[in-house]
Amino acid sequence: MTIGLYHPGHSPLHRASAGAKVLALVAISLVLFLVPSTLVVFLSVPVAFAIYLSTGAPFRQLMAQLRGPAILLGLIFVFHLLFGSIDEGILAVARFATLILLASAVTLSTPISEMAELVEWLLRPLRPLGVNPEKVGLAIALAIRFVPLIAEEFRHIREAQAARGLAANPLALIVPLVIRTLKSADELADAIEARGYER
Amino acid sequence: MIVLEAVSHDFDGRPVLVEIDLALPERRIGIVGANGSGKSTFARLLNGLVLPKTGRVLVDGTDTRKDVKAIRRKVGFVFQNPDHQIVMPIVGEDLAFGLKARKIPKGEIDSRIDAALARYNLGHLRERPVHLLSGGEKQLVALSAVLVTDPEIVVFDEPTTLLDLRNRNRVAEAIEALPHPTLVVSHDLDLIAGFERVLMIEDGRVAADGLPDEVLPFYRERMQ
Repeated sequence: MTIGLYHPGHSPLHRASAGAKVLALVAISLVLFLVPSTLVVFLSVPVAFAIYLSTGAPFRQLMAQLRGPAILLGLIFVFHLLFGSIDEGILAVARFATLILLASAVTLSTPISEMAELVEWLLRPLRPLGVNPEKVGLAIALAIRFVPLIAEEFRHIREAQAARGLAANPLALIVPLVIRTLKSADELADAIEARGYER
Repeated sequence: MIVLEAVSHDFDGRPVLVEIDLALPERRIGIVGANGSGKSTFARLLNGLVLPKTGRVLVDGTDTRKDVKAIRRKVGFVFQNPDHQIVMPIVGEDLAFGLKARKIPKGEIDSRIDAALARYNLGHLRERPVHLLSGGEKQLVALSAVLVTDPEIVVFDEPTTLLDLRNRNRVAEAIEALPHPTLVVSHDLDLIAGFERVLMIEDGRVAADGLPDEVLPFYRERMQ
């Protein structure tokens, strides 16, 4: 299983700080939606695609990651076709395609720990309101860590239930998945404490 | 050295460990017992993951109940399932996790990670997503993530249970080569056959305690 996250590398994008990349992403989003230039929007797509490729991840993986967003873009286009015009549809798709490519390039070139540190830094002003930035950063990392684990658990449970003729029963899949995930979360909490993380 | 004084523990009134008195000065100690005998709880007492209901556990004289943070720095713990121990999605990030928790400076974190991974020839995995590793690699990464924090004692809870023979041998060699005092809970009797001492836990009590040559045949007999 591949998840659309960090791909190790030494590209200029990898060398840039997480803060700079996210700031640039926000600035480009604003320009794309506030500057009324069709030319700028259309030029941004190939540029964003080139940046996406520059992350150095295998081409097949990069293309596979775009399948889901491509469906979303198709829906956006159809929506505009039905309730607006083709021109608006093409423009909207170009804008979103640029943002999706750039956001993917940022996640591909930024380790989760750096992203979590950035979130922690951004949340620091909220500490007086009771927000614990370190916990939020850890929660983000854990959520991402758990995605492949839960997918693996789901595959095991589906195979086990299929062997018992219960593969079509959603309860037979969901109940053990939830129980196992909670058990794993308990053990992970123990491990986090054992490794010296202080609450 | 770890010392247990009249340690008892229960979960919701169900006794798990009963009146255990032990001093554990040996460098390699194995712990065996049937499922549910209390051996995992025993292991968790040693680094303060479980605090005894009565009695006390002392690590180099420090009571686990009084300074659990210090105990966890002193006693590293390797879990049975590395997937439940590895916190971060990338190998290098995971090794950094325990070091950041100890407020180690960034520059030192990098060099310590390199050294810890090099110990088991895992340097090439530093940037690798954890979910793409083999079972043996994950267990060695989990061990490296403990060793990188420089514990004085290492406790293993069934470290080879989920591994195939090749990976089991890799992990067994890694444990064998550790200079640290080591306590290993295991059903893998070959793993602990060369240790200096083996404890057999049964129904929450130490049912046998001695050299592997004495305790393991007794344990095998009890398991018939």
